[in-house]
Amino acid sequence: MHPRLREILETLNTISDPDERAGMLIDYAARFREVPHDIAQRPFPPGNRVSYCESEAYVWAVEQPDHTLKLYFAVENPSGISAKALAVILDRALSGLPPEEFADIPQDIVERIFRRNISMGKGMGLISLVQMVQHLAQQYVQAHKASSA
Amino acid sequence: MAEIGNRGYANADVLVSPAWVAEHLHDPSIRLVESNEDILLYTSGHIPGAVHIDWTSDLNDQVRRDYVTKASFESLMSRSGIGPDTTVIFYGDKNNWWACYAFWVFQLFGHTKAKVMDGGRFKWEKENRPMTREAPKYQPTKYTARERDDTTIRVFREQVLQHVKASHPLVDVRSPEEYTGERLHMPAYPNEGALRGGHIPGAKNVPWARAVNPDDGSFKTAEELKKIYVEEQGLKPGDDIVAYCRIGERSSHTWFVLTYLLGFKKVRNYDGSWTEWGNLVNVPIER
Repeated sequence: MHPRLREILETLNTISDPDERAGMLIDYAARFREVPHDIAQRPFPPGNRVSYCESEAYVWAVEQPDHTLKLYFAVENPSGISAKALAVILDRALSGLPPEEFADIPQDIVERIFRRNISMGKGMGLISLVQMVQHLAQQYVQAHKASSA
Repeated sequence: MAEIGNRGYANADVLVSPAWVAEHLHDPSIRLVESNEDILLYTSGHIPGAVHIDWTSDLNDQVRRDYVTKASFESLMSRSGIGPDTTVIFYGDKNNWWACYAFWVFQLFGHTKAKVMDGGRFKWEKENRPMTREAPKYQPTKYTARERDDTTIRVFREQVLQHVKASHPLVDVRSPEEYTGERLHMPAYPNEGALRGGHIPGAKNVPWARAVNPDDGSFKTAEELKKIYVEEQGLKPGDDIVAYCRIGERSSHTWFVLTYLLGFKKVRNYDGSWTEWGNLVNVPIER
């Protein structure tokens, strides 16, 4: 796991008080910035939409000149606080990394961030958001392999 | 959308509008209760004066798979500033899905002075009504609940088995993918999954959210609801009906619709739902 992601998860793990923990996640959500217009504009392409996410989240992974990726998100549901918080965490932890390192996201990241008191539907949407990020990164990995073959 | 009183509901007084709530924010005889799927929502902002009831920590027993005991419910009511005569107004995210679940649990303990705010959080926010991050503090009350009644609106697996054998109607309110067995559980959340997919034999599939208007989260009119449940699915107001989903929360929404808005006389919620039925040995399953 990349140190930036580990640090975020470890910090969250030190907070046992549910309200304090929720406050921290809400602070993350408050820092959410929607995908800029030069990357995507409404209507957002269905190919970037996260399956099963009822907050109608979209993800973009844009390759930078140094071959790292920059993540962008949109969350259409104004109440999609958890989706926004997760998006900010993923952006902070992963943007700037080469796509190969995106595979190293722990399987239980959603549970580690939101704990187990999350419903199936909500958890499914959030996990799908993580999987979408990984899927986009994997596409770059395969493209690089193909071009260097 | 028509005024609540003009929608033809069997019990229109179980619903209040956001406008009504806005006029009663300082009414000491009511207590607003927010109950959400998203655990961050209440803390991020809620209707002024509303208390938060969490579906996992406040309504469920923390050891057994069951609801809270009488003593725990009394404690919850006391710390929420709810007395026996307080009218509780439930609202929440996801078209009041979790609000209806909390409403249903409250009925197990006989707190009948309860209503749901039509449209929930979604409609309140859409109407640009005030929100606050300030958690209210209320004087603890003395609340004595009745023993939890698990016989009237709740049903257990053996009763469901008898229900199936008697060919009484069931409503599976899950998504079509869950109903057909295509989906067992979500990745990394096998605790809400099942070993087998499908549905309880004879169950009709009516996803719970069909009962609401997607534009503002309000409940559909009685006429529209009858088209879904009566004309399309053949349910009758006098039927003995069991509703279920995966853990009993979505089906509490349908229970609310059938019982209060359409006035069906005997609707019970099978909270064991698919996480129990799909794991039971030797019970019938249809796909």
